[in-house]
Amino acid sequence: MEQVSVTVTVNGTRHERSVEPRRLLCDFIRHDLGLTGTHVGCEHGVCGMCTVLLDGQTARSCLTFAVQADGAQITTVEALGTPAKLHPLQQAFWEKHGLQCGYCTPAMLLTAVELLSNNPSPTRGEISDAMSAILCRCTGYQTIVDAVESAAFAMKGDGR
Amino acid sequence: MSTPAVKEHPVTRWIGQSIKRVEDPRLLRGRGKYVDDIVVPNMAHAAVLRSPHAHARIAKIDTSQARALPGVLLVLTGAEASEVTGPLPCFANPPVMQYCIAADRVRHVGETVAAVVAESRYIAEDAIDRIVVEYDPLPVVVNPEDALTSSGDAVLHPERGANNIALQRTLTFGSYDADMARADVIVRRKVRWPRSGAQPMETVGAIASYDEGTGKFTIHANTSMYNYVGWLIAASLKVPAHKLNIIPTLAGGSFGSKIFTHKVSVLAATLARACGRPVKYLEDRLDNMMSCDNHGSDRIYELELGVKRDGTMLAFGMKVLDDYGAYLQFGVGHHGNAAAQLTGPYRIKSARVDLTAVFTNKCQQGAYRGFGSEVNNFALERIVDAAAQELGLDPAEIRRRNLIQPEQFPYKIPTGNVYDSGNYEAVLDKALEMADYDGWRRRQAEARQQGRYIGIGLASCQERSVFSSTEFWFWNHEPGFALTSSPESVNIKIDPTGKVFVTLYAPFWGNSPETMATQMVAEQLTVDPADIEITYSDTDQGLMGTGPGGSRYTVMIAGAIGGAAADIKRKLLKIAGHCLEASEQDLELRDGRVSVRGTDRGMTIPEIALQAYYFRLSLPADCNSGLDARFTYDHPYTTQPSADRTDLGVFYPIMGHMCHIPIVEVDIETGRLTFLKYVAVHDCGTVVNPMTLAGHVRGGTVQGIGSTMYEHFYYDEQGQLITANFADYLIPTLKEAPPNIEVGHVVTPSPFTEYGIKGGGEGGRMGAPPALASAVEDALKPLGVRIDSLPITPAKIRDLIRAAQGQQARPRPGR
Repeated sequence: MEQVSVTVTVNGTRHERSVEPRRLLCDFIRHDLGLTGTHVGCEHGVCGMCTVLLDGQTARSCLTFAVQADGAQITTVEALGTPAKLHPLQQAFWEKHGLQCGYCTPAMLLTAVELLSNNPSPTRGEISDAMSAILCRCTGYQTIVDAVESAAFAMKGDGR
Repeated sequence: MSTPAVKEHPVTRWIGQSIKRVEDPRLLRGRGKYVDDIVVPNMAHAAVLRSPHAHARIAKIDTSQARALPGVLLVLTGAEASEVTGPLPCFANPPVMQYCIAADRVRHVGETVAAVVAESRYIAEDAIDRIVVEYDPLPVVVNPEDALTSSGDAVLHPERGANNIALQRTLTFGSYDADMARADVIVRRKVRWPRSGAQPMETVGAIASYDEGTGKFTIHANTSMYNYVGWLIAASLKVPAHKLNIIPTLAGGSFGSKIFTHKVSVLAATLARACGRPVKYLEDRLDNMMSCDNHGSDRIYELELGVKRDGTMLAFGMKVLDDYGAYLQFGVGHHGNAAAQLTGPYRIKSARVDLTAVFTNKCQQGAYRGFGSEVNNFALERIVDAAAQELGLDPAEIRRRNLIQPEQFPYKIPTGNVYDSGNYEAVLDKALEMADYDGWRRRQAEARQQGRYIGIGLASCQERSVFSSTEFWFWNHEPGFALTSSPESVNIKIDPTGKVFVTLYAPFWGNSPETMATQMVAEQLTVDPADIEITYSDTDQGLMGTGPGGSRYTVMIAGAIGGAAADIKRKLLKIAGHCLEASEQDLELRDGRVSVRGTDRGMTIPEIALQAYYFRLSLPADCNSGLDARFTYDHPYTTQPSADRTDLGVFYPIMGHMCHIPIVEVDIETGRLTFLKYVAVHDCGTVVNPMTLAGHVRGGTVQGIGSTMYEHFYYDEQGQLITANFADYLIPTLKEAPPNIEVGHVVTPSPFTEYGIKGGGEGGRMGAPPALASAVEDALKPLGVRIDSLPITPAKIRDLIRAAQGQQARPRPGR
């Protein structure tokens, strides 16, 4: 199959690759760039595991072709925090037990990043609205809302 | 085995603390290694062709077009695969033949008909579309009641007999007929529990390599039980067990559904051997929903409960028909499991189970959080509610009058299983208080005046934990492989620098094995949790490890760690005593240091470890170099079932308990349900980590809400799975979950386990369905609606309301 050229910036690093036009963005990120923090759950756009930030907005990378991301800035979970200094959302998910198996966690974190960048002081209802985009089979969600609420509080104090 | 000795439980420092999870830092940063994240050099990719027919003979397969596609390395049919690979492991007796690729006949939609290996998954899926299969359709059996009378070509496994009955057996426990004869009232109810499944966010996968030089397979897989029965995979592959190494990966959730997942591993390994390259096969979601081999129970119950006028429960009986689907990998173990707590928390004197398990053209059953006991909880609690209604008793009151009392433990129930300990009335009282039960009864009455439908549900039920393996075979007419061991092992090593290395023989499933082991090792060796490292063993290095399931892992690993740590402590004291020239009786281990009581003389663990590794001549004469111990901990209390099965023996004695009280409002115009309050009080014995236990309770509860309200593997009359995606199979989102599940604990330690821990991994899903069904029925009581059948989707609730009001249900395709 013909290959086309794609140039994307992922977590600040520019990548230029040739891909089949049908190559999914999730496969491109995971298998071509080796960033396996982005997970795949249903491949039909419902579960939200594959969520990344595409030019700052959440997108389902299983419903996006890599070529559609040409020229875009992509953020994946690997860009958040370092072992020495976790992102406040990562810290809050850890402290509030907002994860169990960890499979939905990257998508949850990026969805929360988008929420808090648009609305630094969300109510629990607004957090629920935003986070309901992603399925979690482990937690029952309550501690995920707790974590986002706690991170929002911490980030205001942090000047972020 | 007689009743084990009662254990003393010491005051603890780390057990009971809500420490942050050890597993999390890598998961939070996207550095967890799940199966699809593993890359093996030169790896190729597999995809499978799924049967569009529910039941058919495979007449002809033409793979030539698929083989011709550039990038395709191998196309394998079932007939070709069965020349080199045998049937899959099966724990039923007699076994049911199943192959990793259907050999000559498909028995459910989605069964694998052929597999392709290619340079990429994309090419493999292209090639799948080029395989041409001719099928000779056979009669399809969908309704389990129809399966009772199947004959001829509608019989799925003719070699097992000329019908679709997988197992029929009636067991009676105690003086059932006499107790029923003494009853003032026999309450009867028919109850339907539909097929749902675990559906973890990650599907099942395996990466298999075959080394032609050594003749050995290596399989990376998100499986479990590999250190218990992993050799059965080698048997399927027709190699000796030492020619297979299984390396576990993290699992992105299981909830039981990844308990052995042998089919995916056997398939990947078969393909790897045939094409001479490492092969990755990962189910996509469609594969997982149609053919994961782990659908949940699918039962029709006819229940009867004999009661006295004052509410005293005498006897509980059931006729249960269970739709097992097309195969029978775990036999009817689910009914063994249910027998562990058949009569719930009540002093019911006798019981009868008339079980018929049938084959139909559906994906087979496996494990899902509760393993059949959650269904028994639902059935029992439904009929207890019905009894309360018939006798005019409050649902809380009828339960209170029948609860087993604290002084009656250990308590033997009619089936023969023993409950270790409990204080059920304390759980009930705490739940009623947390829920403000009386206050809500008042508010409910006021709301009814305003035309609002508020319901208060209540379920008081059991969470059996720590399975022993007899449940898998005691239902069989001939037991078959009647195993009685289900141990768990650990290896602990303190290295020369004093760091602690702990090896587990079971996988990470989304539970917290690293956190649990860290807290326990820190407790036992008085070391800092930061100095402990946890790893997961493969099978080459493996010791017996049954793995998570049946809420057993925390209890079992506590026993194993207790045993290994005791050996290490003995050696620490021996070496320190030798070096300090002190008697061992005068030494104590505290805060990572062995010291002579009442003095400041002592040695830290790193100082002792250094001696142990490098200064043999400084050690006592009977000490070898090194500082490590391994321990295999057996199930604390298993006994044999009686030959006539009037007594099933002790097999699930570590008994948790819970009371769930959901308070809901139902909009009778739309059928929509809103949670006003949700209280879940559990008794899981000593709690290791309250935070992670509450996580299990809440997560399990929301899964239970899914099973009750939304989730259904719905097969139409042709055997097509209509709900084979997440747009049709509805998993609760944040919007369907209660905003606040208030979790409470009552702690009644087990007398038989280390620290008194009981399991707590499944309770949420085992309590929510009966509680929620009871809440909805209570809300709609003025309308005369009864909840006997799940799931109660908003549309179903509307239908029930219309039916109760004498209106026609709206026609709806399918469901």
